[in-house]
Amino acid sequence: MKIAVIGAGIVGSLIARKFTRYKVDVEIFEKLPDVGWGVTKANSGILHAGYDDEPNTLRAKYCSRGNEMYTALSEELNFEIKRTGSLVVAFNDEETKIVEELLKRGKTNGVKELRILSKFEALEIEPNLSREVVSALYSPNAGVIAPWEVAQAAVENALNNGAKLHLSTEVKSISKEGEKYKLNTSKGFFSFDAVVNAAGLWADELAESAGVKVTPIHPRRGQYILLDQPNAVRTVIFPTPSRAGKGILVLPTVHNTTLLGPTSEDLPPNEKEATDTTAEYLAKIVEKAKKLVPLVNLSKTIRTFAGLRPENDIKDFVIKRENNMIHIVATRSPGLTAAPAIAEDIVEEIVEKFDLQKRDNFNPVRKAIPKIADMGDEEKEKLISQNPSYGRVICRCNKVTEGEIVEAIKNGARTLDGIKFRTAAMFGRCQGSFCTVKIMNIMKRELGKDFEDITKNLPNSNVVDGVVR
Amino acid sequence: MSEKTIEMTCIVCPIGCNLKVTLDSNGKFLSVTGNRCPRGAAYAKEEVTEPKRILPTSIKVIGGELPLVSVRTEKAIPKKLIFEAMKVIRSSEVKAPVERGQILIKNILSTGVNVIATRTVKARFV
Amino acid sequence: MKKLEYDVVILGGGAAGMGAVRGALSQKVSVLLIEREASTGGVLNQCIHNGFGVQVFKRELTGPEYHEMYLEKLEGFDAMYETTVLDIDSENGILKAISTDGVYEIKYGALVLATGARERPFEALRIPGSRPSGIFTAGLAQHFVNLENHLPGRKAVIIGSGDIGLIMARRLTLEGVEIEGVYEIMPYQGGLTRNVVQCLKDFNIPLYLSTSVVRVHGRERLKGITVAKFANGKPVDGTERFINCDTLIASVGLISENDLVEKNIEISSDGGAVVDDLMRTNVDNIFAAGNNICIHDLVDFVTVEGEMAGRNAARVAKNEKMAKRIGIFKKGKGIRIISVHYTTASDPFKMYVRVDHPMNVCTLRMNDTNLKTVLNAKPSEMIELTFDPSKHNLKGNLVLSATEVKR
Repeated sequence: MKIAVIGAGIVGSLIARKFTRYKVDVEIFEKLPDVGWGVTKANSGILHAGYDDEPNTLRAKYCSRGNEMYTALSEELNFEIKRTGSLVVAFNDEETKIVEELLKRGKTNGVKELRILSKFEALEIEPNLSREVVSALYSPNAGVIAPWEVAQAAVENALNNGAKLHLSTEVKSISKEGEKYKLNTSKGFFSFDAVVNAAGLWADELAESAGVKVTPIHPRRGQYILLDQPNAVRTVIFPTPSRAGKGILVLPTVHNTTLLGPTSEDLPPNEKEATDTTAEYLAKIVEKAKKLVPLVNLSKTIRTFAGLRPENDIKDFVIKRENNMIHIVATRSPGLTAAPAIAEDIVEEIVEKFDLQKRDNFNPVRKAIPKIADMGDEEKEKLISQNPSYGRVICRCNKVTEGEIVEAIKNGARTLDGIKFRTAAMFGRCQGSFCTVKIMNIMKRELGKDFEDITKNLPNSNVVDGVVR
Repeated sequence: MSEKTIEMTCIVCPIGCNLKVTLDSNGKFLSVTGNRCPRGAAYAKEEVTEPKRILPTSIKVIGGELPLVSVRTEKAIPKKLIFEAMKVIRSSEVKAPVERGQILIKNILSTGVNVIATRTVKARFV
Repeated sequence: MKKLEYDVVILGGGAAGMGAVRGALSQKVSVLLIEREASTGGVLNQCIHNGFGVQVFKRELTGPEYHEMYLEKLEGFDAMYETTVLDIDSENGILKAISTDGVYEIKYGALVLATGARERPFEALRIPGSRPSGIFTAGLAQHFVNLENHLPGRKAVIIGSGDIGLIMARRLTLEGVEIEGVYEIMPYQGGLTRNVVQCLKDFNIPLYLSTSVVRVHGRERLKGITVAKFANGKPVDGTERFINCDTLIASVGLISENDLVEKNIEISSDGGAVVDDLMRTNVDNIFAAGNNICIHDLVDFVTVEGEMAGRNAARVAKNEKMAKRIGIFKKGKGIRIISVHYTTASDPFKMYVRVDHPMNVCTLRMNDTNLKTVLNAKPSEMIELTFDPSKHNLKGNLVLSATEVKR
């Protein structure tokens, strides 16, 4: 029995990993050179509590369950969750009414520990919040993660348990051949008994190629500004939502930075790579963020970026089954939060259908790369004595050591961004101006790559061009 | 009547005096104003007759701890020869170890000026 | 964990740190230099151009020569290389560092911060568009070219007219890289005039003032940028122009590197460590010198400051009684940066200021006292001020100002 999972984003990665518990061959197909580089890479990284999803949607079904599942998942896969809590802030009576509605809806959705805070309670929890606050909806269960880290962790664990990963392999179409499914990819044809399509922004087109009609996706762009302002906020701060969406937030990240965004720009369906930032929207982020948290300091900008979320007109996830194919389409917000719950249901469905048996030797644990910056002195001393390269700091902003970079390469990093998104080297305030050369020299040594062949991320994103002498 | 005046910024020191240089009809230096020291006058004269620059760059090292050694011309060379000089430098190489001050190219382009190493490069331990 | 103890510990082995080693050694104390990189010299190693040493060595040298020649003066100190300080406990005079040997706890009598500066990365400017490869800070490009033997690309633009950007315009031109132009958002240059002349004019590289990048293009490698004219800090509609290039080099400012010590010492609103004329911070046994107090334009000044910081740190380590601060320098009209914020008025001293806009003739004053008149004052060039406690009243508020003299 062979199963293909298309897309190594958060949804595909968690599904693939879950399949490796069973006696089944799992192969993951990813168009990009690394896992978690599509929708997963550039979103807010929030574990939503689940109060703003209309009842009877798939969003409502999966959000709070997914949120709860993350705790156990993070223990097995060793990624970081900061349970920061979230605030939805009301600035007037009208907004207070909406916030009260959200509380009701949250209760209907089964969200626990939600409550409305007074102005002063809100300011106690979040001292840097605008003093204009009137009331706020507080959810202690909301949190933040680095979404790509979860995808990396899940794929690493899946590979350890026997899955196969095809990177830089675009699945162009799916066709039926007898009882089997044939994937037409950029690297040839592959045949499978079952297919899970988790191709993010392209999931609709891929479903169509297999003759399955789904509500089409269009990209919704979210632009962000990342600030080197470590303790600007403690919680994820939302404005009161409007028809346009959840609005522009101010939130802490797992890297002790502050994130502002996202915008919500609906783009035409064919603009699935339109991740440019724009002057107009960056200015809007600044304006809206300052309204929530007046002390956000733009002179501390690390960078801006933009990501695309798969949106559709019904504003809900679409999960479409046809024979032994499952298409997961439009995992818009809160897709990240919902992913573990979606993965569980999809895998269980196929397990039942094919009566798959559990493997005895499944190891659910994925070890994280040791982080010197988070260790106590004794722990540091011990690790460095075992492997001295953990004493050589390469990224001075985030205190990432050579040992960590080498480990990231062992875990599959093949590009500068691959290392950046596994170690947080080059993620800090200097944006790699000090450590890029050192990291390239480590890559050269570990991978036998010339400088000319080292890329930032995509195939033609080479860093240098030729030699001086 | 065919005298002409050109303006330039003195680069001898960080003050950067704005110089007005008067030339005769053949472009020959006549006088300078705006300088605050004699070095400025000398600079202006040289700049209109034969401008010169120190050329700092690098030469390939064979078997060194570094792939390149930084070098410079010991004295300023005529500005117009800079790209010619670069060609000579580009086609040169040196075996490690290299000492600072070591002459790597003697009398480049017959200017009477040597190209010297500006740092030490040790031999690579094999 | 290994425990060490030194009279003076110096963080950073660039020009300021090497100066501090020399200054401390002159006082016959034990000295430890801690350096992140594998050798001393800091950025001097990659600054292979000339223009260094006119004050300290009385001749014009390149960066590597300056480094090696200065290092040869230093004898009798300990150094730890590839060692990173992670924390400073200034209450107890102890710092923690790691290297491949493990964790060190080091007790110091006095500490000199000589951590220099970092470059403002292009990403920090929030320029709209894409995020391709091919975007470098000038220092990173310089590192690739001068130390790693690699070219950043084939056709480049330089954003910002700071000195390293100007130097790189020449450096890359000499190596066959086409420099389309240098773009400066301000109406005046960011670097020294001599660099504009010998790095741009010599090679016919255009310098566009009041012009900068408004959009980045290219999904993988940089494909080009859009530039526009700027007025009052905003792009002017209709002045956009597309430039085809594969490389963008940003020379858009240096930031004093004080992240490690933010919690320990007073930091100015410009991000520099606040020091007095002894190069002492608000913590009695912590000193600072060089680009981490303010950005300097000549390395020679950094060396001199470092020497003073090292000497005075050693005196504190020996329990010598040091003078107290009696005067506070404040930035008045026309002044953007001051290197020293307090004075003890114990000895004559020098400090530096930068004006906030170009002035043809400008008078520098402290309160109502005329200090000096400067021709061609530019924000890019530091102005040296000399104070003598026997001549100047240096008590209380000392407001430094620069006013244009109309002729």
